[in-house]
Amino acid sequence: MISIQNISKTYGTAQVLNLESIEIPSGQSFGLVGNNGAGKTTLFNLLLDLIRPTTGEIVNNEVVVNKSEDWKTFTGSFIDESFLIGYLTPEEYFDFVGDLRGMNKADIQDFLTEFEEFFNGEILGKKKYLRSLSKGNQKKVGIVAAMMGNPQVVILDEPFANLDPTTQIRLKKLIKKLTENNEVTVLISSHDLSHVTEVCERIVVLDKGNLVKDIHTSQETLQELESYFSI
Amino acid sequence: MGFFALYMLASFLMIGLGGYFFIKKEYPNTDPLFFVNGIIIFLLVADLIFRYLMQKLPVLNIKPFLGLPIRKEKLVHFVLGKSAFSFFNFMPLFFYIPFSIVLIGQGYNTIGVIGWLFLMITLVLSANYLNFLINKNNYALGIMVAVLALLFLVNKYEIFNITEFFAPVFQSVYSNPILALLGVLLLTGLYYLNFKLLRSKVYLDDVIKSKEEVASTTDLSFIDSLGDVAPFIKNDIRQIWRNKRTKTVFFMSFLFLFYGAIFFGQEMYREKMPAFLVFAAIFITGGFTLNYGQFIPAWDSEYYKMLMSQNIRYRKFLESKWYLMVVVSAGLYLLSIPYLYFYGLDIFLMITAGAIFNIGFNSLFLLFAGAFNKKRIDLNKSGFSNYQGTSATQFLIIIPIMGVPMFLFWIFNKFVGFNSGVLAIAITGAIALVFKNYFMNRIEKRYIKNKYAAIHAFSQKS
Repeated sequence: MISIQNISKTYGTAQVLNLESIEIPSGQSFGLVGNNGAGKTTLFNLLLDLIRPTTGEIVNNEVVVNKSEDWKTFTGSFIDESFLIGYLTPEEYFDFVGDLRGMNKADIQDFLTEFEEFFNGEILGKKKYLRSLSKGNQKKVGIVAAMMGNPQVVILDEPFANLDPTTQIRLKKLIKKLTENNEVTVLISSHDLSHVTEVCERIVVLDKGNLVKDIHTSQETLQELESYFSI
Repeated sequence: MGFFALYMLASFLMIGLGGYFFIKKEYPNTDPLFFVNGIIIFLLVADLIFRYLMQKLPVLNIKPFLGLPIRKEKLVHFVLGKSAFSFFNFMPLFFYIPFSIVLIGQGYNTIGVIGWLFLMITLVLSANYLNFLINKNNYALGIMVAVLALLFLVNKYEIFNITEFFAPVFQSVYSNPILALLGVLLLTGLYYLNFKLLRSKVYLDDVIKSKEEVASTTDLSFIDSLGDVAPFIKNDIRQIWRNKRTKTVFFMSFLFLFYGAIFFGQEMYREKMPAFLVFAAIFITGGFTLNYGQFIPAWDSEYYKMLMSQNIRYRKFLESKWYLMVVVSAGLYLLSIPYLYFYGLDIFLMITAGAIFNIGFNSLFLLFAGAFNKKRIDLNKSGFSNYQGTSATQFLIIIPIMGVPMFLFWIFNKFVGFNSGVLAIAITGAIALVFKNYFMNRIEKRYIKNKYAAIHAFSQKS
């Protein structure tokens, strides 16, 4: 379970994020939507302790993220292409991340075979460095790497962007499978309202750093969101 | 890298200013200009080889321009014109221009000297464009090296006197400056060939095609036996090998191996300023440690965020860099053994002390200084004359790295003796090595403290 308490982030005089309290129970699929500058990536960066909160704290499964590093063992993430090491091949990258996440060679092999469909034959054995893969294929690598080593929390920023339609559908299946046993908490942000309503049980709308909607997903959610954003 | 470029410019300037008088002194019976004219052919071929190895092709990201109403001819002229202002074209001028000024000052015919200088400039620019035509063609490199070797050997064994053959050719430009226009002819011809070649390539096809890069994977599993550090060492090796800038740093460290030859042969340093020999001795085995170490951890800036969100111990990440610096320094030390034969035991002891100092003190000190590096480095930008990542830190660190051993040697050599001076450097290095774990702990803490600042700085693309 993740608990976000009184978290705010200020750059100079500009406050980019100010959240009173959000509790994300274990196993929830949590969606974050909002226009550019709403604070989605800032929140994710705070969750990963990549930036320091101005006030408040985030507790990830009983670990205060900016006090201890223990959350790293059970949290997988992919924010953007700066999470990839451009001069490695996908295989080498998976080996590296797998190594860090306590997997051995055989574990990594087994893990990757599960994603054959998702990779669509475009990732493994192509003799290409990550830096020469297309944006969409880079994203596939990043997303899969975030799921290595049985994480309890998976954080994905804009996972649907740049993916082709087939892969988008496969990614939705993947996220649903990940959360079906209510063991893995998945946090995703997206600009695509229909994708996010389809895979997330709960959707939080941010606007200029503030929480404006906290919805338990239902049949009407997509419509509600569309009318909210079509101002 | 900036250091190297400045060093080259300064050296050329010195030769340009002092060359005339040096030749006059060494060969009183020869006209210095005639002498230079004799060896110019060697300089030209050497320049081509140097360019081939170091100069990057003039590139312009043409993609954004293809859709705009700009004539393709104009784009090509722009790319070719821009390349005329390359560092590699200015470097020889640092020799030719001062040399010409000295010649005029010594009473040579002004018009003649200007004609000669003009020809030299056109030849330098011709070399620039010739390089693009032959660029990245390995046969061309082979031919150039063979030509240079052949010219040298033929000349040395007096089968055919090259210098005597070419000296009057270039000399004739001095006596008949109008001949300098031949250089313009050559330059125009080469420019035209480049233009035709490039003009036919201004299509998106070539832009896309050039991006295809086949990954060459090497099995590094033997490193796994090193335990926890292994994944990082594997990454670092791949990083060095697969990125232009790091690769340049790696190869440059072998050039520094020859650095001592400049100093050790000169009696002046041996007798009057032995502390400067320490400077050279540190460089011989320290080329890699200094050039690579000064940018830790900026080498990993492209994916620093990812490293910081992974379950890694900072210690292992840093230790991997330390291993690399130590292993390469030790390797360079083995390669420096010939110094023993050429310059004697004293010099070799100095190199040994320098190696111990590099391994013990400098590698740890550079890791420590790295915690203050706040400039991003994009790995795949070219290595030569690339200053990205350089800041005041790089200039400040030179003080302890060079100053400490030079000072230690100077003090002990002055008041006790040569051997104790060498020993002082070695012992300082050894002490640092013994307390490595203590220092590593301190360094790790410093990095953790600077974590947010580093993440922020490394995500700033300039």
